[in-house]
Amino acid sequence: MDYYKKRTLSFDNSHILEGYTVAGPKENDGRYKGFFDLALEDDMFGQNTFERAERKMFEHAIDGAIAKANLVSGDIDAVIAGDLLNQIVSASYAARKQHAGFVGIYNACATFVESLIVGSCMLSNGLENVVCSAGSHFSTAERQYRYPLELGVLRSPVTQWTATGVGATVLSNKSEIAVPKVTRATIGRVVDYGIMDANNMGAAMAPSACDTLVTFFKDTNTSPSDFDVIYTGDLGKLGSDILMDLTRQEGYDVSAQLHDCGASLYWDEQQTYQGGSGAACSALVFNSVLLGRLRRGEYKRILLAGTGALMSPTTSFQGDSIPAITHLVEVTA
Amino acid sequence: MEATREITKDNYKSYVFEKMPKSSHWKNMFWAFVIGGTICIIGQAFIQFYLLWFNDQDASVLASGTLVLIAALMTGFGVYDNIGRFAGAGSTIPITGFSNAVVSPALEFRAEGYIYGVGAKMFLVAGPVIVNGVTISVIVALLTLVFGG
Repeated sequence: MDYYKKRTLSFDNSHILEGYTVAGPKENDGRYKGFFDLALEDDMFGQNTFERAERKMFEHAIDGAIAKANLVSGDIDAVIAGDLLNQIVSASYAARKQHAGFVGIYNACATFVESLIVGSCMLSNGLENVVCSAGSHFSTAERQYRYPLELGVLRSPVTQWTATGVGATVLSNKSEIAVPKVTRATIGRVVDYGIMDANNMGAAMAPSACDTLVTFFKDTNTSPSDFDVIYTGDLGKLGSDILMDLTRQEGYDVSAQLHDCGASLYWDEQQTYQGGSGAACSALVFNSVLLGRLRRGEYKRILLAGTGALMSPTTSFQGDSIPAITHLVEVTA
Repeated sequence: MEATREITKDNYKSYVFEKMPKSSHWKNMFWAFVIGGTICIIGQAFIQFYLLWFNDQDASVLASGTLVLIAALMTGFGVYDNIGRFAGAGSTIPITGFSNAVVSPALEFRAEGYIYGVGAKMFLVAGPVIVNGVTISVIVALLTLVFGG
């Protein structure tokens, strides 16, 4: 990995007040059953299209996070959100219902971590409360990126399953009680190692995850053992294995700390092969699981690395390789 | 990884290829054979059935139509993709696979209406098969015309 210069930011007032998650039925049948604030029985969520369902999930997650933090919509200065659909319609349409300013962002499945970084920067520059949110929906993503749902095709063993869910986090520049804080962040570079197979996103993203992790360790003079856990977004099982090989080669052994939000979301019997993917993975696992463990003191300091594959169906059909990005935040209890 | 071989940008693809889980070709072929064969047996059974009332040609057309109808219904009820997940080519190549390829996008894009949704997207998957099938058959017909059949 090339190391050019520092890309790590520090924050001293980015308090994580609350997190709220809306999860799909398959996700709530997975390893984190019962961890989510709202688990859907039907992934249509009472709407007549999947796109509207995803939008409603965003509305619920953002409103839910605000209410859980004992705030009202008028207290929020900005909503920073994104999803996987073209023109990030789910997040944008959901933001119609908010009074706050809206910043729509897209970095594929790294969007949630990106939103935390952008939100923390805003707090450093005078805003009081922001909501950071990201999510995805299996049925909307599948038809945009792959095949119609009912088409009978053989799935490759390297494929992942787009998770259905939305997570939202309220960040504030102050807190009366001690809460976990976003303390440092490393902005990812776009890294492309020439992987062409859009089914094999873990392999496409692993070099970028390695680049960002190694940059963070070098920038901050830390090592993997300084952290309780290191969670990547959606590298999947294969991608995580590759990441361990790559970081070991750079002199950092992350095998004891490394977990993957996507790979940990489902049981093996749920036949997701490499595990979950999608912007929902890191948003769900961070807000429902990791935040709770940080608050209870089970974790003191963790890293969350959102991994995103930046291709589109058009670039795939035109024979281009898959560029990837990884953004990283350090969260301290 | 063995310390002897460094992973670089240049050898990354071959490293990933070695590392990734492979699909089991024997297993895939077995299921493709069983399911594909079963579909063909069912088709033949329909032909025999229709032969009780119709001639050869009509019976096979009716049998194909019946298979298409059954596959379309199975797609609508969400069963066909579950079969396709392990049968692979066994459920794609027979005429039932064609039915599935037309009905599944039609269902999926119903939300965009009958013109821009169903109408425009119905042949999303099957379209290339039709276009290339027609093109190749025209080329073959021309070759037959020139060189004699």
